[in-house]
Amino acid sequence: MTIKTSPDELIGRGARDGGLLFRDWFDSLTRAAQNDEQAAYVFVMGSLHEILLTFDLHTVFPEINSLQTAVRRVSDEYLSLAEDQGFSPDVCGYVKADYALQLRGGEHPMGTIPKPSIAVLTNACNTYLKWGEIWERMYGIPMVTVDVPGTRGMSRGGRGPTREDMERDRRYVEHQLRELIGQLETLTGKTFDIDRLREVLDLTNRMGRAWREVLKLNRSSPAVFDAMMEGTIFLGVANALRGTEAGAKYFEDLVEEMAYKSLHGISPLLDHGVDYGKEHRLIFVGVPCYPIFRRFYQLFSEWGGVFVSSTYLWFASGGLNLDYEYDLSRPLESLAEGVLLGVQRAGDSMLFHDRYLIEAIDEFGADGVVYHPIKSCRTVSTGLADSRRVVLAERDVLCLYIESDMMDKRVVSEAQLKNRIDAFFEGLDSRRIRKARADEAAPASSPA
Amino acid sequence: MTQAPKVRPPDPALRLLDVPWDAGVDAVLAYCREVVEDPDFPTVKRWREAGGSVLGHFQVYFPEELARAAGVLPVKVRGAQVEREQADSRFGSYLCSILRSSLELALTGRLEVDLFVTHPICDAARNLAGIWARNRPEPAQILYLPQNPNSTFSGAWLTEEYRRVLGELEAISGKKTTDDDIRAAIGVFNVNRQLLRRLYDIKRRTPWLLPVHEAYVLLALAGLVTREEHNELLAWILPRIEGREARKQDKIRVVFEGGFCEQPPIDLLRAIAEFCYVVDDDLLIGLRWILSDVPTAGDPVHNLAMAYLDDSSYSPVQHDLRKPKERMLLERIRGAEAGAAIVAAAKMCEPGLDEQVAYAQALDEEDIPYFVTEFEERMTSFDHLQIQLETFVENLLFA
Repeated sequence: MTIKTSPDELIGRGARDGGLLFRDWFDSLTRAAQNDEQAAYVFVMGSLHEILLTFDLHTVFPEINSLQTAVRRVSDEYLSLAEDQGFSPDVCGYVKADYALQLRGGEHPMGTIPKPSIAVLTNACNTYLKWGEIWERMYGIPMVTVDVPGTRGMSRGGRGPTREDMERDRRYVEHQLRELIGQLETLTGKTFDIDRLREVLDLTNRMGRAWREVLKLNRSSPAVFDAMMEGTIFLGVANALRGTEAGAKYFEDLVEEMAYKSLHGISPLLDHGVDYGKEHRLIFVGVPCYPIFRRFYQLFSEWGGVFVSSTYLWFASGGLNLDYEYDLSRPLESLAEGVLLGVQRAGDSMLFHDRYLIEAIDEFGADGVVYHPIKSCRTVSTGLADSRRVVLAERDVLCLYIESDMMDKRVVSEAQLKNRIDAFFEGLDSRRIRKARADEAAPASSPA
Repeated sequence: MTQAPKVRPPDPALRLLDVPWDAGVDAVLAYCREVVEDPDFPTVKRWREAGGSVLGHFQVYFPEELARAAGVLPVKVRGAQVEREQADSRFGSYLCSILRSSLELALTGRLEVDLFVTHPICDAARNLAGIWARNRPEPAQILYLPQNPNSTFSGAWLTEEYRRVLGELEAISGKKTTDDDIRAAIGVFNVNRQLLRRLYDIKRRTPWLLPVHEAYVLLALAGLVTREEHNELLAWILPRIEGREARKQDKIRVVFEGGFCEQPPIDLLRAIAEFCYVVDDDLLIGLRWILSDVPTAGDPVHNLAMAYLDDSSYSPVQHDLRKPKERMLLERIRGAEAGAAIVAAAKMCEPGLDEQVAYAQALDEEDIPYFVTEFEERMTSFDHLQIQLETFVENLLFA
């Protein structure tokens, strides 16, 4: 790849541009709220953004809105308001923050969120359904669930889905997409334009190609980005600007930056002012601790820890991590297939992730896996303790298991997290030293 | 894919219970409770000793007719009051008890199944297939029941999905199933549905004859024995309950909501029965999910699928535009002529806890009194709940 941009401009561009694009996107939502324009509420796993764009609907991602309240350290205000209305402290913090946001007329630290005209969701997360029902009750809006059958099981020696099974599921999804289109035509008064869908799918294809390239570039040593810190920014853009020219260009630019960093061995630790020497390559499993996001990251980076991959990048990227491109000659059929595969893989990344983790450990040369189950999300958290046992049995890595939350500061104890994280890195450092000594002590192998 | 198939499924006429028929209604009910609470699943063991295969299906609903047709005993996996020695190390915090105790039953060999099926009823339960498969040799999978029952295609898809599941059941039993087998199974279950409707009718019309904890054990037994045997038991006991001599008391009529998945301890139900007549509920609603008889003519698998979608009850874990949960609860309350509701949720049960908010709002709007509570299957002390409930009831009675 030819690098055309100066290094100063290039390094860190993805984070900078991502932030700007994200602010612009929130500004557009504020304008939509002010002008009372139609908005669809969607979720990151199976957003169906492509179809909604063809109807010129604004898309609102309540998960992103909620996590932003935590990153901006105001989530406790929203959670308290929802709990005052009867919500249990034990249910998803994203749902509660959004519920409070609705009660506050869309008031959000990044702007104003428009009210929903429709909610479009998949069953990728069961809480999506309960969440959609809240808007249904609050606003009397249509709630359209596209039911996407997931992987049925991964028993040892079990058969995977046959081609017939997959085709049956694909047809089911396609049929529901056609029903959704009919509802969107009624809602917007616009006729579905399949050529516009082709254009949008093409842009998603471009974005997906670049996204996968970015993910692959993190096999480099040192890594080129931190999957939890920068990765979260990338995910925001991947979801909000999916199917747009700006989104496709952003990721193509990102490939340029990451390729440069790979070529010149520029670690993300240097971006954050850490000079630790050799990095500890880690995989993150779960959702970050947003109430102390930067500090949470620093607890790892100050020890030289870099997240080279994460399950978050898999399940929250809307299937972009899959080596799948939409077939523009049969856009709707292909979109159904893409949604099916994307949602299935997102589910697998949460429910049956041990196999994928083991592959990722090998692919990225990981030294350790950090499991971060959270109170708010049982989808991603329920199986982690068990998966850890399997991964430890299969690969010679260290695993850290720390619990907190993505929204609720009341269950985030920084001191306890630090204690556990420090001990984890002491273990990693110790292993590294022992391995170096063993390598030194080993007799040099003579050529045959 | 599965364990070696059994040579021949046991005769459905095999009896798994030792009912003390001659000892009278109360003794039979006490025996039923013993069986329901026995964490060693004696009925399942007896079936297996006879060479039978077992399907363990997690809450809430499974089309058990398919298992019956394939010669497999369908057992409802609904947790148990057991000391958890192994399962807790497989789970993190913030999870309900039923997940843990269900896995504990499997890990300790108390409940042996040949196939385990869970459902995406909630984010935690979906994970159970993966966890089960990592810890147990038998196959474990998810049955995706449609979360878009309003799609015109969901019936066709579910029919095919049921056929796929039937194939899995045939693989463990070694029995090839015909449509006539399925029709016969539907016939048996239709009788069961009629008897369960009669059971609930007794609760509604004459709740003093059948307190909630007794009705519960009769219902729960359906998940542990063949439906033939369950039918036999209900056919024997229901007329005797109707003939009981019990006096109507000055208790309020309530609906209990929140028992669709994790089950409250029977003693908790008994504590409620001291103050209230529970005239309807959603306890083990999956066993009563289909509301009327399923037709046997035509494609029986399709009939089962359509009954699931179009002729069924409601629960917080299914979204159906035709069945807003709060409206359904109000209908249940009015249908049972109840004056109040107990809106319960299992601890850490996200769907149940979410629904409590909507239920409370709807009940407020309709000015129907309600009592909100949380429970856990392994609770052993009910004093606090009893005091609160007694206060609630007195407020209503003496308002």
